[in-house]
Amino acid sequence: MMVELNEVSLTYQSPDGEVEALRRVSFGVKEGEFVSLVGPSGCGKSTLFSIIAGLEPPSAGQVFVDGELVTAPSAKVGYMPQKDQLFPWRTIWGNVTLGLELRGRKNPQERERVRELLERYGLAEFAQKTPSQLSGGMRQRCALIRTLATAPKLLLLDEPFSALDYQTRLAVSADIYSIIRQEGKTALLVTHDIAEAISLSDRIVVLSKRPAAVKGEHAPKELSGLSPLERRDAPAFQRYFNAIWKELDVNV
Amino acid sequence: MSELSLQRQAWLRKQQRTRTAVLLWRVGLLAALFAGWELAARAGAIDPFIVSSPSRMLDTFVSLWRSGDLFRHVGVSLMETVAGFLLGTILGTAAAIALWWSDFLSRVLDPYLVVLNALPKTALGPVFIVWIGAGPSSIIAMTLAISLIVTILEMHNGFLATDPEKVRLMRTLGANRRQILWKLVLPANFTTLINALKVNVGLSWVGVIMGEFLVSKAGLGYLIVYGSQVFQMDLVMTTVLLLAAAAALMYQCVLWLEKALKKHLGVTA
Repeated sequence: MMVELNEVSLTYQSPDGEVEALRRVSFGVKEGEFVSLVGPSGCGKSTLFSIIAGLEPPSAGQVFVDGELVTAPSAKVGYMPQKDQLFPWRTIWGNVTLGLELRGRKNPQERERVRELLERYGLAEFAQKTPSQLSGGMRQRCALIRTLATAPKLLLLDEPFSALDYQTRLAVSADIYSIIRQEGKTALLVTHDIAEAISLSDRIVVLSKRPAAVKGEHAPKELSGLSPLERRDAPAFQRYFNAIWKELDVNV
Repeated sequence: MSELSLQRQAWLRKQQRTRTAVLLWRVGLLAALFAGWELAARAGAIDPFIVSSPSRMLDTFVSLWRSGDLFRHVGVSLMETVAGFLLGTILGTAAAIALWWSDFLSRVLDPYLVVLNALPKTALGPVFIVWIGAGPSSIIAMTLAISLIVTILEMHNGFLATDPEKVRLMRTLGANRRQILWKLVLPANFTTLINALKVNVGLSWVGVIMGEFLVSKAGLGYLIVYGSQVFQMDLVMTTVLLLAAAAALMYQCVLWLEKALKKHLGVTA
């Protein structure tokens, strides 16, 4: 198991009282697997990510990444935020090597690895450009390479496509998906977009509304081997969509 | 030019015309103001003894220049302003960093900052004179008192407004608090700093002139007070214009600095 959550609970203390955000959440992600977490907005998905990334301790339960108990941010976990969050005062090169710089790992071998990543994904010629000179899709690629640059074993994708318009989003999510697969990374994606979850994942974990608990899991085996765009056209797609939609129990 | 479309050429011409018109109106307005002033004074519609006149101001300016007094007074005020401006900006930013670093400190000091911000700093003038002595040091202290608190509040607010998603990203990349400060919070607040500088140019002059009104043997504030006491309105009005020019020049320097820093840091946003 690359990630293992064992009865993770989180209760916030605020002046108005206690807020229960997570209730005994347990699930695992195998090495090389792409798993999505879907849940209604505000259900505590981002909180769950903070715990897995080691930014926040759970009130109860444990999280293991690659067999180690998570207590602080570790280089094993790479986080890809909503929007690209590239720093406008740094060049693309300065942005993608930020993690190495912060961890004091900016040595020749590591630089060479990042340079190869940029080369492989068609960004080498933009290395000395600033983020504002790149298109939305390109910026998203840079954000992924910034995450990959520290060679994490697990990628946490926090609705990384939510800021993009629909067409761009389809293209960018397929692009990011193929890079993650090519690099053989384990990925955990948080999204509220059911279609996106089905089109990208080996397995989908459905969370309830707050306090978030695991409501169900779906593994669309019929869809494995298809690209994200092909999956959207597959007959099984709609079946999974309906099943997850029902489980989410969205009330307007 | 030949590859530009006709529409583009027309648009460019229109832009150029508007720019020229704005410039002409600006200069024209100033010229009309001074011409009207001069004419009214000569025709006896206004008393030049009370409101002076451009020609009398020019005479005053020339005699100040010849005697060398001009450079002494402008120099003294400029030195005090720049010193107060730099001290206010540097100390204010340092204090804002301390408040950002320690949330506890920021909560403890909050009411003090609110009160100090609301307090009219000119009330402290006599205090500084007694404590520090009558001289440029008191005037710089006065300037500092006026610009410091505003700088602290502005910079601290800017620091706190740093995108929390970026902070989160930095933390997942293993950044410690010092790295978050130097590599995220400070560069992200470049615009806040420049804005603080722009505000401080004006505030520093307020501090210097107020200080010089209270205690001084030289400086533009001294000239204004002296001129009004001996009822030499020519001197007072000339000094006010000099002051406007000096303040504008210093503001322009901040704009140049902004441009140079932006180029150096590669800031595009």
